[in-house]
Amino acid sequence: MSDTMAGQSAGQTENLSTKSGANRSLWGDVRYELVRSPVFWISSILVLVILSMAFFPQLWAQTSPNTSGACPLQNARVKPSADHPFGFTNAGCDMWASLVWGTGKSVIVAILVTAGTVILGVTFGTLAGYLGGFADTIISRITDIFFGLPFILGALVFLAIFPERNIWTLTAVLTVFGWTSLTRVMRGSVISTKQKDYVDAARAAGASDLFIIRKHILANSIAPVIVLATIGLGSFIGAEATLTFLGVGYQRPTVSWGLLVSEGQNLALAGFWHLLVFPSAFIVITVLAFILLGDVLRDALDPRTR
Amino acid sequence: MSETLTENRKRQPRSPLSGVKFDDSAPLLEVENLQVEFHTRDGIAKAVQGVSFTLNAGETLGILGESGCGKSVTAQAIMGILDTPPAKVTGGQVRYRGVDLLQMDEKTRRHVRANKIAMIFQDALSSLNPVFTVGWQLGELYRQHAGASRKEARAKAVELLEMVGIPAARDRVNDFPHQFSGGMRQRVMIAMALALQPDIIIADEPTTALDVTVQAQVMALLADLQREMQLGLILITHDMGVVADVTDKICVMYAGHAVEQANVYEIYERPGHPYTKALLESIPRVDQKGEELTAIKGLPPALVNPPPGCSFHPRCAFARDRCKTDEPPLYQLPGNRESACHYWEEVLNS
Repeated sequence: MSDTMAGQSAGQTENLSTKSGANRSLWGDVRYELVRSPVFWISSILVLVILSMAFFPQLWAQTSPNTSGACPLQNARVKPSADHPFGFTNAGCDMWASLVWGTGKSVIVAILVTAGTVILGVTFGTLAGYLGGFADTIISRITDIFFGLPFILGALVFLAIFPERNIWTLTAVLTVFGWTSLTRVMRGSVISTKQKDYVDAARAAGASDLFIIRKHILANSIAPVIVLATIGLGSFIGAEATLTFLGVGYQRPTVSWGLLVSEGQNLALAGFWHLLVFPSAFIVITVLAFILLGDVLRDALDPRTR
Repeated sequence: MSETLTENRKRQPRSPLSGVKFDDSAPLLEVENLQVEFHTRDGIAKAVQGVSFTLNAGETLGILGESGCGKSVTAQAIMGILDTPPAKVTGGQVRYRGVDLLQMDEKTRRHVRANKIAMIFQDALSSLNPVFTVGWQLGELYRQHAGASRKEARAKAVELLEMVGIPAARDRVNDFPHQFSGGMRQRVMIAMALALQPDIIIADEPTTALDVTVQAQVMALLADLQREMQLGLILITHDMGVVADVTDKICVMYAGHAVEQANVYEIYERPGHPYTKALLESIPRVDQKGEELTAIKGLPPALVNPPPGCSFHPRCAFARDRCKTDEPPLYQLPGNRESACHYWEEVLNS
């Protein structure tokens, strides 16, 4: 109760401050919310840094670890020093350069998989939830089948079939195994939104199904999917690392964070802590940045939280 | 105001309804023997059983009854927004200007919904989409149905908000539903219903969620607009006070049946059905301070398995043995009224 009161009085003061006919739009409000949120600035700067590493690694580390002579063996596992604050990898490459040049492989797959699962999940989830009946049964049973397959085992089997494993095969396999949970969440969210009075009101005002889905259903049921997708982005970076670690992901001479972690895991206990800590830290920071950004975006996009 | 409205009516674009031949001499809305069933796990619930009434332009019909008596289902069936399944319209006709809406294809019916018949819902907060501004929601009606531009739609939204008496409409148009008070929100709902100048408005308990003073304001607004625009208004409510103020005639529903129909004065003066009589007796009155409130004993019957004979007999003070077996037809009473009671004469004179 006191919350709504506070919300209303806040709304009113805002009205007064923008009274002189200023056009307050949804996006104007979103911008207003975002520029005042420190979390938004921190997370979006981190995301920008990560994306620039992914697409323009030469900006951050001049020589790729894959250029000849970049990895002299006498440097193998050398610990961090003033010149090389991240130390050297098991193969003798500069750890910083390896991490930077590995960003692309890890992050791009995660972004592609997230985009793919969101598109599939939102489409099929909306269809199942809105249409109900037969369409719902078919889609739900298909997701059940995928839930029945253990993720790692399924991915192992699929990836083992492909002769060459690159960004596209990894993306395809992760998407195929990742879309079902988003579909389920979207379906539930759509079903609960569909029963809202404003959907009935829209129908009473003569809105078509397509209009209701586009404006009323999607706008009100997408929030949990956004949250899940940003968390998913992190877990897909982890999944790439896992599959690479198991030997069905990227293959040398590609560098990826997953490969670095899988190497470091063996040697960290032997005292070469930097081999595990730095790649893990990169994964953790990246995942966190995307999750925070998703969280802050969702809050800003939902006028009810204002 | 009324001038701009008639102007708008002329400017409406080539309507998808142009192929439908409405008969302007026919009554605005005729509902005849409407039957709606719900298929539930427990069996078939007959939610509406043979409801009939006629509504003319400028007239207000009150549909009165307890929760679960089928009044909202009747409204939804007229609008065509019942969830099917589980609901199913199994019989009857709903004629708008002589054309049966139940026989129309879904696309045509959609346009009837927007342009001819509009609905006001009970809870304005949940009937407005929380993530869009009210201006957007109002404007979208014009953009979708009248092909207005964004700017025109916005201007229209402001105009509508002014019409329903929302102060500082120009600023409020950018507010979200939760930033309005309950009464203002219901005004927004009324504005939405009026947006495309329908001929009929169905108001499903429009003031139930509001406190009493705001109730009166909203009802007064609705009544004013109805008079001004010569709308046919169907007011669904369980509040006897609301009905008495604004309606011309009343249809009382019980367990899916229309048990009594009469003009509002007659019904208040001399109810012709025991249920109506009991309802009237249960209104709290200022001059009966200290007396115990009269309530109707028992509960409304389950619609899946209604009692045989007259569905009101278990709770009726006038019931005889005949009521337990014979379902009463609608008797024509003197003065163009109807009652579904075998002993209506006795009730009238009691």
